[in-house]
Amino acid sequence: MTEPLLSIENLVTEFRVEGGVVPAVNGAGYHVMPGETVGIVGESGSGKSVTVASVLGLLPSSGRVVSGTTRFAGRDLLALRERELEQIRGRDIGLVFQDPMTALNPVMTIGEQIAEGLRRHQAGLSRRAAGARVAELLAEVGIPSPKERARQYPHQFSGGMRQRAMIAMAMANRPRLIIADEPTTALDVTIQAQILDLLRRVQREHDAALVMITHDLGVIAEMTERVVVMYAGRVVETADVDSIFHRPRHPYTRGLLRSLPRLGERRDELPAIGGQPPDPRRLPDGCSFRVRCDLSGGRAECGFQPALTEVAAGHVSACHFHAELAAEEVA
Amino acid sequence: MLSFIIRRLAISVVVLAGISVLLFVLLQLMPGDPAEMMVDPFSFSGDRAAAVQQRREELGLDQSLFVQYVRWIGEFVQGNLGFSYSTQRPVTEIMLERFGPTARLMGTGLVIALLVGIPVGILAAMRRNTAVDYGATVLSLIAISIPSFFVALIGIYVFGLKLGWLPTAGINSAGGGGLADSLRHLVLPAGILGFALAGPYVRYARAAMLEVLGQDYLTTARSKGLARRRVIGRHALHNALIPLVTVVAVQIPTLFAGAVIIEQIFAWPGMGRMALDAVRARDYPILLGFVMAVAVLVLLCNLIADIAYAIIDPRIRLSGARA
Repeated sequence: MTEPLLSIENLVTEFRVEGGVVPAVNGAGYHVMPGETVGIVGESGSGKSVTVASVLGLLPSSGRVVSGTTRFAGRDLLALRERELEQIRGRDIGLVFQDPMTALNPVMTIGEQIAEGLRRHQAGLSRRAAGARVAELLAEVGIPSPKERARQYPHQFSGGMRQRAMIAMAMANRPRLIIADEPTTALDVTIQAQILDLLRRVQREHDAALVMITHDLGVIAEMTERVVVMYAGRVVETADVDSIFHRPRHPYTRGLLRSLPRLGERRDELPAIGGQPPDPRRLPDGCSFRVRCDLSGGRAECGFQPALTEVAAGHVSACHFHAELAAEEVA
Repeated sequence: MLSFIIRRLAISVVVLAGISVLLFVLLQLMPGDPAEMMVDPFSFSGDRAAAVQQRREELGLDQSLFVQYVRWIGEFVQGNLGFSYSTQRPVTEIMLERFGPTARLMGTGLVIALLVGIPVGILAAMRRNTAVDYGATVLSLIAISIPSFFVALIGIYVFGLKLGWLPTAGINSAGGGGLADSLRHLVLPAGILGFALAGPYVRYARAAMLEVLGQDYLTTARSKGLARRRVIGRHALHNALIPLVTVVAVQIPTLFAGAVIIEQIFAWPGMGRMALDAVRARDYPILLGFVMAVAVLVLLCNLIADIAYAIIDPRIRLSGARA
């Protein structure tokens, strides 16, 4: 079996706030194989983005990784010094952010912003050669008249075009891993599909692994091979995309799926998961989902943190009652 | 860009005209009569009232305010600011003479304020909630809240009287003493002016930098693997400087006001002292000339700020309504 490209284990990250620390990630872990597309799904505040930021050393100054191990291509990222991490960021791992309006520097041209990433990691690349490469990249992500566009500023680009430029920036150095953090959330629906197509295409052409962070199950279904479901800073279920959609083994995953509207089915009201995402400062003891769980019924087991158990090959769930979910399906 | 500048200049003319009218009315409301001041009540013998009246007619002050204004503005547009009541010399000549020292004082003060205030503010933002930040905050609040005349008195006491390092009056020693002498005379007044102005700059620079440090594009820059120095120096700094351009331009009048006081304390032969002397002597032509010069300066600074803005912020294009 090949080694995972990226693996994260037992990651704990907390934030300093007024009057104490708030845990944002509570022992999360997952892995990404070379060339694989993994979807990370969960509500806002479930720790999806913080996990990635922790691994890449991009946490804001109030954030701190408390414990955990991460390996990327055989190296422990958490043990690296900032200088060494800079070598990896942008060269081996490219990032695409959610909001291309704010993620691009308004006072630098698109071309400059792509070129500086190229020149950072390719020593001796001349200004002229970088400029030529920028135009190639922009053309590759489907921006017409790339030479002229490279000289323009972000405000002269539409939202979709900015996200294309952002993708060009992320893949400039042909990274082995692209992490896209809600890459389509801030875009119009019609543009979303184009951006997803583009991401898939560049991933295939560059033979890179792709991590899609999203709360959009439609994106998950369309794009990914394997899915990691996160809740309250933990991974609650992981499986291939087919199993997640057809054989969920965690009540939270099932709730997410039920709240999706389906084509050709008339329902007056979409079933939503009751309650609110938990306040990370006051996580319940035991299973953090138990207060919203429609399976728990206040059973004693829920007072204990469920361990991730393998329920089928490559399918793990952190629910005491995963067997009941399986039984329900058969019935 | 050119059409923007032309339009702005046209607006400036209207503003200047308004200021001149206002100024004329205000001067009229000022107590005291220039003609009275010109006839010494102690040494004059004879019919003093007649002499005062004669003076008044000579100066044209017996005319209506409207006539006085039309006469003055008619000369003004031809570049003639009239003659000083007290010295009979052309106002333009006096002002040109006084402009050099004031420009030297204000220019040096501004450069000191910029070179100290902005780097300190940015450093404070980057070392937020550390001793550096707190130190910068305390110092800047001191600079803002202690009036510059008081700082000036302390400066004179410490560096002039006690230590004897620096001269405390004038622009150079009697008979002139070369460049080194001029610089020594400049240190205290320009330093104090700069200190007072650096206070607000520290505050604004810190706020602007903090704002930028929270922006997403800095994370993007870091995600490309750029070193911290480049992220701060290239991405953060440029964005933080944009709001500071306005602040600096808006503070220029404050600088002028500060210069008036400093010139008084340090016996600096600049325009501020000239204006104060003119007020005491009810020397209207000089006062009018001075205030108009200040108005031109303020308008010019705002125009320069807008142009500078367009140069450093690509989102702003100086054309049409958006400007």
